[in-house]
Amino acid sequence: MALTRKDVEKVSLLARLRLSEAELETLSSELAQIISYIDLLGEVDTEGVEPMAHAVEVSNVFATDEVKPSLDREQALANAPSSNGRGYLVPPVLGS
Amino acid sequence: MDSPYTTVIGLEVHVQLATNSKLFCGCSTQFGAEPNTQTCPVCIGLPGSLPVMNRLAYELSLKTAVALNCEIPEFTKWDRKQYFYPDLPKGYQISQFDLPMSSGGFLEIHDTKDQFEPKRIRITRAHLEEDAGKSVHDEVAGKADSEIDLNRTGTPLLEIVSEPDMRSSAEARAFLDELKLLLLYIGVSDCNMQEGSLRVDANVNLHLETDEGKIATPIVEIKNMNSFRAVERALDYEAARQYRVWQETGQKIGESPKQTRGWDDAEGITLGQRSKEESSDYRYFPDPDLAPVTASPERVHEVKAGLCELPASLRSRLLSEHGLSLYDADVLVNQGRAVVDYFLEVAKQSGDSKSACNWVTQEILRILKDREISIGDFSVSATHLADLLLAVKEEKLPKSRAKDALELMDAKNIEVAEAIEQLGIEQVDESALMTLCQELLDANPKIVADVQAGKQQAVGALIGQAKKKNPNVDPGQVRKICLELAQKD
Repeated sequence: MALTRKDVEKVSLLARLRLSEAELETLSSELAQIISYIDLLGEVDTEGVEPMAHAVEVSNVFATDEVKPSLDREQALANAPSSNGRGYLVPPVLGS
Repeated sequence: MDSPYTTVIGLEVHVQLATNSKLFCGCSTQFGAEPNTQTCPVCIGLPGSLPVMNRLAYELSLKTAVALNCEIPEFTKWDRKQYFYPDLPKGYQISQFDLPMSSGGFLEIHDTKDQFEPKRIRITRAHLEEDAGKSVHDEVAGKADSEIDLNRTGTPLLEIVSEPDMRSSAEARAFLDELKLLLLYIGVSDCNMQEGSLRVDANVNLHLETDEGKIATPIVEIKNMNSFRAVERALDYEAARQYRVWQETGQKIGESPKQTRGWDDAEGITLGQRSKEESSDYRYFPDPDLAPVTASPERVHEVKAGLCELPASLRSRLLSEHGLSLYDADVLVNQGRAVVDYFLEVAKQSGDSKSACNWVTQEILRILKDREISIGDFSVSATHLADLLLAVKEEKLPKSRAKDALELMDAKNIEVAEAIEQLGIEQVDESALMTLCQELLDANPKIVADVQAGKQQAVGALIGQAKKKNPNVDPGQVRKICLELAQKD
């Protein structure tokens, strides 16, 4: 599956990345290489093999419904680029 | 109904499941906490954290799906739905895509006001996912930053999607009422809309018959409806708006992208929201951190067998076994199981379903409402109310004094026999009543004259006087005797 420059533009929009022309060029070729590497998987004969939804054969892993201590607010907000001590601050989300 | 169009409605309902902790971590789901005091590395998506599914959340989902007559596949898994938004810290929501935990159910709706025939609304699917956080500040407030509170992040939600089977706002309302009642009966959610435990989005468009054949208008998704009443109003507004737009533009489904509109409750209108052209590309893939879940047919059968009696079945039992009207059955069932049980006990012990229903739906519910208490906090037990009904039936207690007796029983926590005694109620015998009425007539010659002149209502004044002289008299009897005696004069 060939990756086009258009695909990269779309993915960068979805990832909210603003890429320069030069970056788009570089990334298009780099991503194309990565994708083509994964295309190697297409060479494996999967005839008659059931598709799997998960890499490990484990199911029904549950935890009991029990409240455990949460992070202190200070700790929770510690990594935020911007906060007011109560909440994370983000640039205003555009309304209508 | 001679509308130029048919309104076609499908609903998406998000229900917060009644767990103490979140879907994938141990943080509390308690509403109303200080912002960002109920988060941990898992729900705010710090690197290296591992989500583990809350067993109760899955079980409540399964219970709901079974109650909604859904098929439960043996295998289900969770997927990552990727999009960027400030209230979604991981950059993806853990949801279900192609293998949801249930699909293909239905819910039956009816209308006591006969605005539509009873019908079956198909349920497309119900799947288990996590909630996002919320913006604390008004996002439109200008240039100031938005404040994000992630306490809600990771709260378990069941998303219930209906087929577009509803044809009016009344049907949509009935679906929501019935769904909420069902959820409350099976105890999977508190359904509190103010606290966001139940949220509704509606998809709506119109089908029209034109000279060129049947056509449909573009589908609009309405969001931001904060009550069932708002859903009804928004749907009515939106149907009329779409017809107007179609008349102006002739635009059909497929000719413009699906639009999202927000309901403005104060203005009573829907407003177009910024269309997220690319947002439909969520690039779902299976979440590698979460193990899939399997449910054997035996397990599903067990859940089905363990369900309580559902509102629909309870309602039809009240109709068939107790001869109640659909209206009365609805009133009782809508009050919840405890009130229905109270009624059933009163009906059984008094042997009179009709009276039991009248007393419970009128007197008892009025008292509960006035005092804002539940039936469990009401001091007169079903047995004691049944005794009161029997006392009325056996004419130990005049109907006109029954409410007084109930009040006294409630206030003093006594049984009906004692209430009758304390009220000084004695049966007034016929001859004493005749004497009393004659005395009143003798003392009020003008009333007698009026009655003889054909003004029967004049006798009303005497009933009050009679009750003053003897509170035990039956007003109906006084009226009847006075009229007879007056006309004899």
